[in-house]
Amino acid sequence: MANVGIVIVSHSPKIAEGAADMVRQMVGDSVKLAYTGGDPGGGLGTGVASIREAIDRAWSEAGVAILVDLGGAETNSEMAVEMLDDERRGRVVVCNAPIVEGAVMAATEASGGSPLETVRRTAEELSPQ
Amino acid sequence: MTPALLHRLILAVADDVIAHADELTELDQAVGDGDHGINMKRGFEAVRADAGATAEKPLPDALKAIGTQLVMKVGGASGPLYGTLFMALGKEIAPDASNLSAAFARAIEAVKSRGKSQPGQKTMLDVLAPVQMALGEGGTDLSVRLPIVAASAADATVPMLATRGRASFLGERSIGHMDPGARSSALIVASVCRALEG
Repeated sequence: MANVGIVIVSHSPKIAEGAADMVRQMVGDSVKLAYTGGDPGGGLGTGVASIREAIDRAWSEAGVAILVDLGGAETNSEMAVEMLDDERRGRVVVCNAPIVEGAVMAATEASGGSPLETVRRTAEELSPQ
Repeated sequence: MTPALLHRLILAVADDVIAHADELTELDQAVGDGDHGINMKRGFEAVRADAGATAEKPLPDALKAIGTQLVMKVGGASGPLYGTLFMALGKEIAPDASNLSAAFARAIEAVKSRGKSQPGQKTMLDVLAPVQMALGEGGTDLSVRLPIVAASAADATVPMLATRGRASFLGERSIGHMDPGARSSALIVASVCRALEG
């Protein structure tokens, strides 16, 4: 079984790319990783279309964990997940975790072959309860 | 609803949102990230560009098409929120709009669920919910009364404390500003009513 894929969604393309760099440093090429940042007009923000493309790029049969920064990133990611086909929708989760630490922790967990729920839980352990 | 009337409605809403982009941005600069105007403008420019083709569709399909455009083009949290409003309305409404009030109520529920929010949190719901209530009560002169209900509901967000969305980061400092989403919702309600008045 393939490892869970990771998607990073930030309002800022630079933060998304930088967080992805930190993930790569930790796990190399052992997990599929995609990142996206910026709104459809090129400003700071997030957009459903680019998030869907990122999910496709990071797609793994084991599922995909998405790490987001602020409000709109979460809302757009949830919308993007709902627009996936039935077969994929249940295998993508949006993690309630800080974006940088969550992405690194989730990817590290994923690189060990853990299932999606475990990957999500590991990332979410970083959130205040 | 004739394609001509639907076309007029779509253009009225799109033109009003586009014309008020600067005002929406200024409201959002006070309590948010200052992108509401430009985001809504981008979304409704896309809706406007497709208005002719959209107006030829049955009402439910037209609303879904508008919702999809907003989801894909607006960005920010308002893209999925307004997109969900129009998509859910399209899903619920009868082709002759005879169940508008009930369909609008369902669409508002979908927005609540998408935004994990309730009225009273200084959001677009604080306009949509009272407008739906007034619509549900019915009566005469709805197209005159609903914009008034919407405008006073938007005004009523000024003293509210934001507990959802970017404005909630400001805590007490969110008090004293109108919510940008409430304003854009009131704007859209007024546009629709004015276009229906002809």
